[in-house]
Amino acid sequence: MAAEGKTIDALSQFELAPALGPIGASVNFTQSNLFMLIAAGLILALMHYGMRPAAVVPGRLQALAETFHEFARNLVVEQVGPEGRRFFPFVFTLFMFILFGNMLGLLPFAFTFTSHIAVTFTLAMIVFVLITVVAVSLHGKKFLGYFFPEGAPIWLAPIIIPVEIVSYLSRPVSLSIRLFANMVAGHVMLKVFATFVVLLGGLGAVGPFIAVLPLAVNVALVGFEVLVAFLQAYVFAILTCIYLHDAVHLH
Amino acid sequence: MDTRDGFDERLRKARERQGLDRGTSRQGALPGAAAIGFRAGVEVVSALIVGVGIGWLLDRWLGTFPWLFLVFFLIGGAAGVLNVYRLFNPRTRPGAPPDAGAEAGSKDGSRTGGGRGQDD
Repeated sequence: MAAEGKTIDALSQFELAPALGPIGASVNFTQSNLFMLIAAGLILALMHYGMRPAAVVPGRLQALAETFHEFARNLVVEQVGPEGRRFFPFVFTLFMFILFGNMLGLLPFAFTFTSHIAVTFTLAMIVFVLITVVAVSLHGKKFLGYFFPEGAPIWLAPIIIPVEIVSYLSRPVSLSIRLFANMVAGHVMLKVFATFVVLLGGLGAVGPFIAVLPLAVNVALVGFEVLVAFLQAYVFAILTCIYLHDAVHLH
Repeated sequence: MDTRDGFDERLRKARERQGLDRGTSRQGALPGAAAIGFRAGVEVVSALIVGVGIGWLLDRWLGTFPWLFLVFFLIGGAAGVLNVYRLFNPRTRPGAPPDAGAEAGSKDGSRTGGGRGQDD
């Protein structure tokens, strides 16, 4: 697929195709949905089989499960405060789903479902609706004060209020674009350099020697993408926590 | 462990001679700067998208094509600048709860204190 017709085809990896044969085709079950299910299944398996021994001295799987759990819990408690602990299941689910989606996408033949703006925007809208509902239910009418800072001169209200509203509404957009753009950029770069390897490799006698250069770049890029995959899941989770902090404390 | 005596010092000198420290520090600074730049860009772009979207929809509804679009384009730009400003200076408010004031540090995660003592 990479070097068909000697062109660089970096975007076809994001195309959706029906999965699971005719049954999947008839209900529009794509490989994106399939990998979401795989990610969810892997998370459940990790948590179930990892925590089943519940040993005082954890084994490898249990240590992994506990590390993720503790990481997310510290994130929530540090960012939102102790009263934010009730949001832990939400943030943990979100973090694990995005992390596994990003990481699964790096495996060969896998599909990165976080590289679709539809998916990331849906996740961001869930966060956005949650923070708005939390803020309104905790603070009621005082939530509207969020859009007009105390002490600002009243004649500035026609400027400040629309700007604050647009700024608030841009949260889910920036949240989703950040994750989506990072994933797409990383996978396009991987594909482009992988295509270079194939194209240069077929360049006669010297080809294979030149092809080592893009191959080396790709090796470095894969390592970098692992970092980005983790970092973007972390950024998504921490921004969710910061927004939750704003919603709970309203400032 | 006597072989380790002065090892750090010798390593530091050797690294200095080879110019390695400067290289690593520059490498360490670059992703951070790029990441901050990328975040700021995303904030501005997303605020502009929202502003332009609202303006365009209102225009289509009210039939006043270019005007609300232009107004909300400017508002979106201002919101983008506000987002970038908040990226570096998270807002605090006089009426905020006392624990929140202590917690409100930098927006990208260097916020410490607060609920930390609540760990089991």
